Amino acid sequence: MSRAPLVLKVALLAGLGAFLVAPDAFAPLFRPFAPGDSPPIYAQTPLLRLAVNHIVLVAAATLAAGLLAVGFAIAATRPAGRDLLPFARAVANLGQTFPPVAVLALAVPVVGFGTVPTLIALVLYGLLPIFETALTGLGGLDPALLEAARGMGLTGRQRLVQVELPLALPMILSGIRVSAVIGLATATLGSTVAASTLGEVIVSGLLTGNTAYVLQGGLTVAAMAILVDAGFLALQRKATRRAGFRS
Amino acid sequence: MGETTATLERPGARRLGAIRPGLDPLGSVFAALIGLSLLTLPLMTARPNRIAAGESLMAWSALPPGRVLALGVVLGLAAPLLVLRIGPRLRVVAAGGALVILCLAAGWAADHLTLPGDRYGRVSPDAGWWLGFATAALALGDGLARLSPGPGIRIALLAGSAVLSGLALRSGFWDHLSILREYASRSDTFGREVRTHAGLALSSVAAAAAVAIPASILARPVPAARTALLSILNGVQTIPSMALFGMLIAPLGWIGRTVPGAADLGIAGIGAAPAFVALFAYALLPVAAATVAGLDAVPEPVRDAARGVGMTGRQCLLQVELPLARPAILTGIRIVLVQNIGLAVIAGLVGGGGLGVFVFQGISQNAGDLVLLGALPTVAMAGAAAILLDAVIDLGRGPERRR
Repeated sequence: MSRAPLVLKVALLAGLGAFLVAPDAFAPLFRPFAPGDSPPIYAQTPLLRLAVNHIVLVAAATLAAGLLAVGFAIAATRPAGRDLLPFARAVANLGQTFPPVAVLALAVPVVGFGTVPTLIALVLYGLLPIFETALTGLGGLDPALLEAARGMGLTGRQRLVQVELPLALPMILSGIRVSAVIGLATATLGSTVAASTLGEVIVSGLLTGNTAYVLQGGLTVAAMAILVDAGFLALQRKATRRAGFRS
Repeated sequence: MGETTATLERPGARRLGAIRPGLDPLGSVFAALIGLSLLTLPLMTARPNRIAAGESLMAWSALPPGRVLALGVVLGLAAPLLVLRIGPRLRVVAAGGALVILCLAAGWAADHLTLPGDRYGRVSPDAGWWLGFATAALALGDGLARLSPGPGIRIALLAGSAVLSGLALRSGFWDHLSILREYASRSDTFGREVRTHAGLALSSVAAAAAVAIPASILARPVPAARTALLSILNGVQTIPSMALFGMLIAPLGWIGRTVPGAADLGIAGIGAAPAFVALFAYALLPVAAATVAGLDAVPEPVRDAARGVGMTGRQCLLQVELPLARPAILTGIRIVLVQNIGLAVIAGLVGGGGLGVFVFQGISQNAGDLVLLGALPTVAMAGAAAILLDAVIDLGRGPERRR
């Protein structure tokens, strides 16, 4: 699937940056959506700080989910782990049937309000896409290729690091991309349990009936998601070329 | 190591009761977790009223002595069985036994810890109970997965467990548990919110399928239209759900006020309309992408053959391409239905009703059991939808092509 050209993305990035650094300059744009005299730009917390929190939270969760999921996928594709494969797949699938709000709400009585329940929900949600793609990437390699690597005298660990992982990297990256994009949207829900993310702006808008806030929060997250998606797609293409596939 | 035992395995060794030497790695983890949860974590929490701080009780102080013994004996039998390399049926029996005794223990503890006539005291499961329950459920799922039952049996099992849990809840056995006390004070609205929730999820998916499938059939052969369709829907997907629900309030409110007759159809800024539109919008991309992928996967020789026997484009589509793409399309619908059952919780935040009402009331009142009253039925609904649709997809594949 071809995506929008580079120029549009650079423009989007510039617009997003300008909005986060100087949101007040955009006040006239949001004025029509704010009811009565209420302020058109969210000011309780600087938008830039919320955006940074948001990104850091999602990055940490995606990193953790990526390490766990790739680890599981490696374990499940070794000879000793084959028995665990159907079970691991079932658990990952089950995790996805849990609604994100439910995960958040259920984590609160156990770990309290704030960032921790959000992080837990994000990691759980990020696992499945990465696990599935890592499994496809590692499990779908040509057996002849692995045989050749063995014939060259590579040990199991060398085969994994020098042959299997580089070849599976494009697939793994596509899983991380999906996971990060889902995470960016899910992190907004964290604000219902008092995590400091851009969801705060949306929740505040919903509670006060101020559509301008809802739009600000929603569009900022959407712009970040589009940019992250584009960034990972570029990485994925690079990895595909390095792995020697036709891109 | 797994390979040597596999070659030594006698035919029929997987029958009920057959035990092979060695330990089952996954089962050992389950057994360890069950033991850990019972011995080191509190089983129940008792609170004098709904929001007071609770007192965590270990199994032996939460239950009368005889019942502690029953719990210990059943779990003490089930856990070691899971460690051994037993057949899948025995595994299902052991895990199921652990699950049932934990459910019974919750009811016993609630009766034991509630003073006669006390209507404010709250008893709810604590960390140990939840960990034990989740582990037993995973072990049961693992046992069932190893049995790999056919789709018909899976549907029967699902229906059976739904009926059994319904009857058990009606029996009043758990009525002293906190979550059922929350239910008792909301029994008049609970049924309505469940219906609203299911209705929102089902109708939005049905509407999305009715729009996205024809749209992707039409757009797929034209590269420009296909790219445009998928990119636009992809863009919708990046808007966070809470924001999309919120953004729709203003325009739908405006339509409801200005377009004659719209308000009579239920189109308004507050209520179910924004929730329905948002869920519908989220459901479009997965269904469209699955339809396009399913049709793309139809082999070209099959199309040639269809044309060769003189089928028109329309006949080829209806009689050849769509039936071949059906499993892929159904998989897309399954993903979207499960996703929308979860997302419909957010409707509670914008006045759209559904089980989210309880979840967000619970969060704002800091009442964990009220959150559970909204969250548990949602999880059950999503899980049941996933099992049911997976079974339907398998049924459609026919016996020879099943996984």
